[in-house]
Amino acid sequence: MTAVSHAERIGELPDSFVSHRLARRKLRHVKERIIEFVLFLAACVSVATTIGIVVILLTESVVFFQQVSLWDFLTDTQWTPLFADAHYGILPLLSGTVVSSMVALVVAIPLGTIIAIYLSEFAPFSVREVAKPFLELLAGVPTIVYGYFALLFVTPLLQKLIPGLPGFNLLSAGIVMGIMIIPTVSSVSEDAMRAVPMALREGSYAMGATRFQTAIRVVTPAAFSGIAAGYILGISRAVGETMILAVAAGMQPNLTWNPLEPAATITAYIVQVALGDLPHGSIGYQTIFAAGLSLVLMTLFFNVLGHMLRRRYRQAY
Amino acid sequence: MVGAPAPEIASVTAAAGGPPAPKKSETRELSFYYGGFQALNGISMPIYEKKVTALIGPSGCGKSTVLRCFNRMHDLYPGNRYEGSIMLYPDNTNILNPVVDPIEVRMRISMVFQKPNPFPKSIYENVAYGLRVRGERKRAMLDEKVEEALRNAALWDEVKTRLNELAFNLSGGQQQRLCIARALAADPEILLFDEPTSALDPIATASIEQLIAELKEKVTILIVTHNMQQAARVSDYTAYMYLGELIEFDATDTIFIKPKVKQTEDYITGRFG
Amino acid sequence: MTEQTARLESIRALITRHKRWDVVFATLGLIALMVGVLTFAALFAQMAMDGAPRLSWDFFTSFPSRKPDQAGILSAWVGSTLVMVVTAATAVPLGVGAGVYLEEYAPKNWMTDLIEINVTNLAGVPSIVYGLLALGLFVYGFGLGQSILTAGLTLALLILPVVIVATREAIRSIPAMIREGAYALGATKWQTTSHHILPYSLPGIMTGVIIGMARAIGETAPVITIGALTFIAFLPAAPFTGDPPAGIFDWVMSPFTVMPIQMFNWTSRPEAAFHHNAAAAGLVLVMMTLSMNALAIYIRYRLRKTLKW
Repeated sequence: MTAVSHAERIGELPDSFVSHRLARRKLRHVKERIIEFVLFLAACVSVATTIGIVVILLTESVVFFQQVSLWDFLTDTQWTPLFADAHYGILPLLSGTVVSSMVALVVAIPLGTIIAIYLSEFAPFSVREVAKPFLELLAGVPTIVYGYFALLFVTPLLQKLIPGLPGFNLLSAGIVMGIMIIPTVSSVSEDAMRAVPMALREGSYAMGATRFQTAIRVVTPAAFSGIAAGYILGISRAVGETMILAVAAGMQPNLTWNPLEPAATITAYIVQVALGDLPHGSIGYQTIFAAGLSLVLMTLFFNVLGHMLRRRYRQAY
Repeated sequence: MVGAPAPEIASVTAAAGGPPAPKKSETRELSFYYGGFQALNGISMPIYEKKVTALIGPSGCGKSTVLRCFNRMHDLYPGNRYEGSIMLYPDNTNILNPVVDPIEVRMRISMVFQKPNPFPKSIYENVAYGLRVRGERKRAMLDEKVEEALRNAALWDEVKTRLNELAFNLSGGQQQRLCIARALAADPEILLFDEPTSALDPIATASIEQLIAELKEKVTILIVTHNMQQAARVSDYTAYMYLGELIEFDATDTIFIKPKVKQTEDYITGRFG
Repeated sequence: MTEQTARLESIRALITRHKRWDVVFATLGLIALMVGVLTFAALFAQMAMDGAPRLSWDFFTSFPSRKPDQAGILSAWVGSTLVMVVTAATAVPLGVGAGVYLEEYAPKNWMTDLIEINVTNLAGVPSIVYGLLALGLFVYGFGLGQSILTAGLTLALLILPVVIVATREAIRSIPAMIREGAYALGATKWQTTSHHILPYSLPGIMTGVIIGMARAIGETAPVITIGALTFIAFLPAAPFTGDPPAGIFDWVMSPFTVMPIQMFNWTSRPEAAFHHNAAAAGLVLVMMTLSMNALAIYIRYRLRKTLKW
């Protein structure tokens, strides 16, 4: 909204003067509308991106599913799209994703929760001021570096503890991925705990509870939906992680529930294909979009769930 | 009467026409500092056993601050400092002594807050909280004490069929009575009320006031209220505070009918507030 | 009397038992933090021990080679730099523009809700999916090929939510007083935004941009997916050489590689000698991302301390 000038309101000025100012005002108005439209377009890029992702994944997958039945895709126990006798069962890739994610969560959820409770309810101010930026830095390490670390440090270490552990395995990748996810889990959980009003804590302390009792019996249950949101966002990150698994777990699809074996995840498979040379339009090319679609559906589910939980705890307080 | 020593028991209760009442607690030259700001200055007053003592005064006079000294609530926040003492009888413990564990104090003195603050748990678990914190685990014992507390808080009949429901589902007045039950279940020696009805509607307020009148037979009560009429209805003794100082302490009837200090009279009659 | 003292004694014993848990848990919390610290330390130490000897002027100025001790990261860091230029040039105007629109102009209707939902959702999409999008849309759909332009656009889309959220939060922290003051003097919305809102929110926006760029530098999956090659022994044509006007931007369409992909390539080789190179490349990469993140954290810290409205 442009402001009206005094001169125009008074109206005692010659027409030419007034119309000149009105013309300028109209020009300014047009300019404002153009700028607003340009900014609106910038905002629409995010919508366009989502539409782009959906369109690309769906169109390529549709072509794929014209050649491979959905039933085969979901139930075949082999994923060998590049062999002469090609199989297109997503289960091996799915098992790799699930097993590595579970290992990661076994690490990230306990440690992340303990850190969140500690930072929110126990830690002195000085510790918090150092720990929080540190956790951010931990989350900012490029995943390829974590992959390097998993393959060349953690795996040899684990091989000393577990004789016979293959050089590529899901355990090593899962553990490193778990440590990488700790900041995600802990920061969302901690935010949820800090949002719990002091009145609740006072009520607990007034009953003679210790800090530990208050943190565990009152604050943590009160922040539960926020903490759950943190877990779910952690799951989503684990499922979508690529490089750590591509480097340290190997790229051989393997239907297994044993973390001590090598296996390929959905994400690692896409990388493997991209590293090779697949002609555009071949079924091999389309498999990565079918795999990508499965991945997006999984992470979308978790993201929406996590978002709903987060809104619930934000509204509660 | 700034900084004057606590009135003699005899003179006070002689006015009330009864035998001298034993003291459950008493503050001696209690001062308090929020950082550099002095909020209380030399408060000395008795708290008589199994009686209701009310703290009244205009906003900001420090009455809630005094209350929160009794259960060392100020310890939860950095930068606060106590001076003077609050004695607890019959064992002559100084509540404010740094050597005394605040948790121990809170196990003997319970508090009901201004805004009801039930935990995100069932009604049963809310009331049982204090018992569990004290290590009580036997189901039979817990059941018995929870029922007793809820009866004493006049809530039992309304909730006995839904003890496992979340406490959040109760109305404001019921939640406050739940908080009272929670505080009672722990068998406190003193029960502190911090403006317990200011967040409630008139009907709920009336029921809480009646509850307080009944409870005083079981436990010593110290109540802060900004509502003078409530103090007149509910309490046996009243302390009038202004700007961090105790202006007058006496039997409620005396304060409200024939106050000895002009400032008190001005406040009571509404000349300022 | 003794009943009272007995009661007090038992209370005190109980409290002591319970307070032990305070100590246990605080210790547990510190141990959990230590896991993170130790991981970071081990990672850094491993890379430093393995890779620091390889860091030399030659390392930065040589192309990758089949011989590990002659291999260098020249094409990789040049590629990374060029990709970052495209990413920044795309993500900053789009992200800041979108953030400004959402905070200053957007009416409360379903369209705005849709945009906001999309921004939140995109933040949680795995990075490799952006690679798939780019493969289908930029590489083949728009015909941009497997080029620096494609990579830059892809990474820009990836970090767009980060920039948008940072812009919005920076703008939100400006008190209404400032806006009202500007409008009261007759300024238009754009004048208020460009003269007042944007300059004041600049530090917050910069924080977001830096964090976004730090993330983009380290991203491997989307760039591999669009087909950045892992063995590049040449540099893209130097900018502004070649015949104008089209030739000026030849470099944008050239095949290329980036730092994380180079590290990936060397890590995947079985020969241990290449692992030293990978460690050295990792060291460079980590130093870059860490210093950018640290810079962003520092700016945010200073912002909190000095900004007093």
